[in-house]
Amino acid sequence: MSAHAASHAEHGHHEQGFVRKYLLSTDHKVIGLQYLFTGMLMALIGGFTVYVFRMQLAFPGEEVPLWGRVTAAQYNALVTTHGSVMIFWVAMPVLIAAFGNFLIPLMLGCDDMVFPRLNRLSYQLFLLSALILIASFFVPGGPFGGAWTAYPPLSADPAYNATPWGATLWLIAVALEFVAFLLGGINFITTAMNSRAPGMKMFDVPIVIWMIVLASLVFMASVGPLIAGAIMLLFDQRFGTGFFNPATGGDPVLWQHLFWFFGHPEVYVVLLPALGIVAEVMTTFSRKKLFAYRTVIFTAIATSIISFFVWAHHQFVAGIDPRMAGLFTVTTLIISVPIAEMMFIYIATLYGGSIRFTTPMLWALAFIAEFLIGGVTGIYLGAAGSDVYFHDTYFVLAHFHYTFFPIAFIATFAGLTYWFPKMFGRMMDERLGKIHFWGTIIAFNVIFIPLFLTGAGGDHRRIFDYSLFPELAGLQGLRVLATIGLLVLIAFQPIFIYNFINSMFRGKVAGANPWRANTLEWAAPSPPPHGNFPEMPVVYRGPYEYSVEGRDEDYWPQHVPPDDPKRPAEQVA
Amino acid sequence: MGLPTGRLAVWWVVASEIVIFGGILGSYVMFRLSHDSWAEQAAVTNTLAGAFNTFVLLTSSLTAVLAHQAAERGDGPRAARLLHFTVLGGLTFLIVKAFEWTYEISHGYTIGSNLFWSFYYVAAGLHGLHVIVGMIIMLFVARTAKRNEELHRVENIGIYWHFVDLVWIFLFPLLYIAK
Amino acid sequence: MAEHATAHAHGETHHTNYVKIWAILLVLLVVSVVGPEFGIRTVTLITAFGVAIVKAWMVAHYFMHLNIEKKWVVYIMVIMLAFMLAMVGGISPDVLKHDGHNWEKLWEEPAPGAGGGAH
Repeated sequence: MSAHAASHAEHGHHEQGFVRKYLLSTDHKVIGLQYLFTGMLMALIGGFTVYVFRMQLAFPGEEVPLWGRVTAAQYNALVTTHGSVMIFWVAMPVLIAAFGNFLIPLMLGCDDMVFPRLNRLSYQLFLLSALILIASFFVPGGPFGGAWTAYPPLSADPAYNATPWGATLWLIAVALEFVAFLLGGINFITTAMNSRAPGMKMFDVPIVIWMIVLASLVFMASVGPLIAGAIMLLFDQRFGTGFFNPATGGDPVLWQHLFWFFGHPEVYVVLLPALGIVAEVMTTFSRKKLFAYRTVIFTAIATSIISFFVWAHHQFVAGIDPRMAGLFTVTTLIISVPIAEMMFIYIATLYGGSIRFTTPMLWALAFIAEFLIGGVTGIYLGAAGSDVYFHDTYFVLAHFHYTFFPIAFIATFAGLTYWFPKMFGRMMDERLGKIHFWGTIIAFNVIFIPLFLTGAGGDHRRIFDYSLFPELAGLQGLRVLATIGLLVLIAFQPIFIYNFINSMFRGKVAGANPWRANTLEWAAPSPPPHGNFPEMPVVYRGPYEYSVEGRDEDYWPQHVPPDDPKRPAEQVA
Repeated sequence: MGLPTGRLAVWWVVASEIVIFGGILGSYVMFRLSHDSWAEQAAVTNTLAGAFNTFVLLTSSLTAVLAHQAAERGDGPRAARLLHFTVLGGLTFLIVKAFEWTYEISHGYTIGSNLFWSFYYVAAGLHGLHVIVGMIIMLFVARTAKRNEELHRVENIGIYWHFVDLVWIFLFPLLYIAK
Repeated sequence: MAEHATAHAHGETHHTNYVKIWAILLVLLVVSVVGPEFGIRTVTLITAFGVAIVKAWMVAHYFMHLNIEKKWVVYIMVIMLAFMLAMVGGISPDVLKHDGHNWEKLWEEPAPGAGGGAH
């Protein structure tokens, strides 16, 4: 199938109509941007749902502008949609598929993915999955309301979730999306293994590519059982089987295991590309070599492997075997070691550098600071003893938003603002970028620091109306504060959208290498034409040779031959 | 890494399929071990039909590997002919399966009657889906191979087909023999 | 390893007799069918699953050419299998004990077959 695609990939260098060029393209850059824009549109859905249910939590029972009164069933559907959209249709497509598609061939110095048509198929399946999910908003009963983890019996039996069609469509959409990313991941891995530029050895590959490939590997190895589980759940919903129903001898805990065997590695699937993006941005704007390049890679590999042995820490209160709970506590605490090591490495990269506080660099620094809070609060939840108290409270919620928001938004903004000149050939506005940065970061902390407190104070998740719990009434002020933070956060996003669209057409023309960076994508024109490089690059050194002594320039691109000690090949700014 | 790109991709496909089938077979084994009563249900399955299907798939694997051998010698038409035999094997497998299922369903052993039968239909159905996909791709590969083009694809589809065969090698004792 | 790879590319130097492998596989198939006829549980398990593993190994080794494939391909397949074993190992303490560890089940599971296998 894939080989079939390759032989026909030679078309496409001639002039094409809009549809052929932008909708049916096999060019990796176009597919990357398709993923990016689809992901951004889905983020609007994810953002709107959170606005509605946060308003309900702050002002229970009142009319929510643009929505109306929120019913309990609607509340469930909104929460479920927010969770699944943000993880499966925003974080995954943007971090892995968009950046992976755009960057892998450019940074490896080749003209396209090895299977361009497979790549297009992957996007089309992904788009189909997004459309199916959106379609579920309009079926009887509304979209799925059984939480993004879809635990049976809630997800299996329409009598409990009250969304018979929504549940099935949700499941089909998620399964299709997995298949799309499996195809895409195979493409990424094969490309990275087989089409690097001449001279580029394994340890000359930029960190972000390593991370995306590792993430694809982790995804591939972890998602299988959940695909099997999704098929089983689909049959439970629609064809009267009882795989997860104890009354027929099935076991609901099996679903939890299958889900989290994927679900926890999934955290690292999105974390690793985010760390990679941050590494690229940080080295460029510290004008300094990445501290311990190989250690970063080995640490990431170690993280990937350990991530397969921590999944049951999501189930400490699900009645799992207590001996296993002890085991999984240990593995969970162990995985914080490589992640902490990574944090130290990044801080060491900053040390002694000449830091430029550009917008991408601000986002990268914020990633480290905010993710650190997410990581540290995870320790309480990884230990079975304390997790019993924190489980399913807003403390958990605040914890994983302190990991996922930095991953899915802060690192994405870092990557977008950093590679924007390459994507569209123009610079983004720095002043608007910084306003957007500070507004977003401050508002983000205003949302989630109060939620740590309400969680520790006893607020349980998945509660529709806290006015029914008078003993928790004292926390209402914090809930309102969090909602106000959210409103501020949302209010700052149009600035980014305006900046993005305006800069696309009216920004300052960027030139090939505006940041004076080393990696190969900056050797191509901005935006790169079909086929990427006018002349295929050859690699002479690693990706992070900044501020090398004895050179006039403080950067030394990978493709510049060593016998030209004075200046990089092209001089554009 | 020294592997032709197509074959490398097929190995990654196989790797991802291992975990998909691993998930469903692992779940089945765990359930089977904790439900001794399923032995009675397993006794209903037709061991001879299963054995015949194993024979068919093993033979189709043989023709697939012989097709690969022919392709390596540059004999495209022979490779195409052997691939067609392989497709014929897949077809036989599906026909036998259809008769088995018809018999079982008409005797009341439907997908909802017991968890054993749920696994029986879902696992074998997922495997059957892979057989069908393999057959379709193989027909495309045979078409180009006949013209002596893209002969490396013969090996690639062969690897996938052997993997589908491998899954059945485990499904057979799990669903038919263990009582 | 390198010379294996070139041998593979040319395809002339490996002399596996595929028909012989196929014949051995068929003999093993007969063994796995006949095994349960003795009615001894251990024999059944060995002839069913032991033989299945041998068959799988032979197909992977000779038909999928893992014998002359790059070694790391084998490692990847083994790692995937190992992940599956780890998964089953982590799940089985829970799923092998449907009745749980510390509580009583208050209902009767339906008798086998009663769910609808009505003949």
